[in-house]
Amino acid sequence: MRERLYRVEAIVLKRTDYGEADRLLTLFTPDLGKMRAIAKGARKPSSRKSGHVELFTHTALLLAKGRQLDIITQADTIDAFLPLRENLERVGYAYYLAELVDRFSEEGTENRALYDLFLRALNWLGDAVNNPALLARFFELRLLQYVGYRPQLFKCIHCGKAIEPIENYFSAEAGGILDPDCAQTQREHIAGHARDAQILSLTALKVLRYLQTREWETARGLRLTPEVLSEVEALLQRFITHHLERNLKSVEFLRELKAGASVGRQA
Amino acid sequence: MDTTPRAVTRLIEEFHRLPGVGPKTAQRLTFHLLRAPKEQAAALAEALAQLNDHIVTCSICANIAEENPCAICRDEARDRSIVCVVEEPLDVLAIERTREYRGLYHVLHGAISPVEGIGPEDLRVQELLTRLERDRGIQEIVLATNPNLEGEATAMYLERLIKPLGIKLTRLARGLPVGGDLEYADEVTLTRALEGRREV
Ligand SMILES: [Zn+2]
Ligand SMILES: [Zn+2]
Repeated sequence: MRERLYRVEAIVLKRTDYGEADRLLTLFTPDLGKMRAIAKGARKPSSRKSGHVELFTHTALLLAKGRQLDIITQADTIDAFLPLRENLERVGYAYYLAELVDRFSEEGTENRALYDLFLRALNWLGDAVNNPALLARFFELRLLQYVGYRPQLFKCIHCGKAIEPIENYFSAEAGGILDPDCAQTQREHIAGHARDAQILSLTALKVLRYLQTREWETARGLRLTPEVLSEVEALLQRFITHHLERNLKSVEFLRELKAGASVGRQA
Repeated sequence: MDTTPRAVTRLIEEFHRLPGVGPKTAQRLTFHLLRAPKEQAAALAEALAQLNDHIVTCSICANIAEENPCAICRDEARDRSIVCVVEEPLDVLAIERTREYRGLYHVLHGAISPVEGIGPEDLRVQELLTRLERDRGIQEIVLATNPNLEGEATAMYLERLIKPLGIKLTRLARGLPVGGDLEYADEVTLTRALEGRREV
């Protein structure tokens, strides 16, 4: 007999209005990967479900198989990550992490490592000791690894030689780092695989390697200058948009928040 | 072979494009109009035509109205020192139904939603700031955005912009359950939320 009801734990990645007062949720689950489900009546304040299927909530769900989409019949919050909701920047970063997970996941494809990472990252994001910008870079590198796009940071991607502690190059197209010689030949070569190669400072390379190989508990101790942090951020952003072939919408909001503080004062 | 007249399928399609209307409902509405007296369909057609011709956006509060400024903004009996900021015109209706609130409004026409690419510049935020700058009589802003993440993010964003101006800022009390939409709130809940608004 086919089971009509089943339980999953999930993190709510996205939700859109659906029908009269329902919501269509995009969920990220440990065993079923990304999936969509309907929360009936969730827009009504009288709904007992609505708070339990709010964005970025870790929730325990009881679902009923539907013809096209499964229907949420019960929802209980496991963790609402309240501390992160109190701060606009951190909310902005939560949107960004969720968009990354959403874009890099396919429905029905299990990715337990990514699920665990996302869950822990939402916790870390609510903790004031963690620098959200550094956390986002750590998250990006781990996510890329878990979805099979780990950037090569230790050997030249072209010739395979170990990278010298000097100024090297990074190519999103080629998928990692190139030594200066290979970068030059590859950039000039008409059929080169690294024509987008750009200079990478030694400090930024060290930071990237550190973030790629350490646990967050260690990595979070990094204290970086704004210049290094933006170099790393720009590089990873190029790498990510190269693989997604599109820009991420929530990045724009984070940018606005950074710039926005000054808008208020002049008013 | 589909023998449904073209005019009928067209109306079904148009109904179907409306939010909250599925294919079944679209069919039901269309066939209801077919069976109803001719005047009913004519009245609907006229009402739809008027929608484009007679609706304006109030230049003060950005609410949709028949005249500019809207009836609320023109009403001398209302308390002009307090402005309630809402996401949608429907939220104005919901709050008006409580008869509890006597101030003015500002309609943002949405909420910040980074996933959908909706940022502050897509909302009537700049209009609000300009209004606050011009109208020095405004002493309190009530942030009445929805009690969900987008609404809270929008409120936090506005708080950041308005705080430095030295205007009193309040947020609807949390009588409203998280995750719901303001327009669905019952009058009792909304009234309590208005009474219990807290300073931010
Ligand atoms: Zn090389
Ligand atoms: Zn008005």
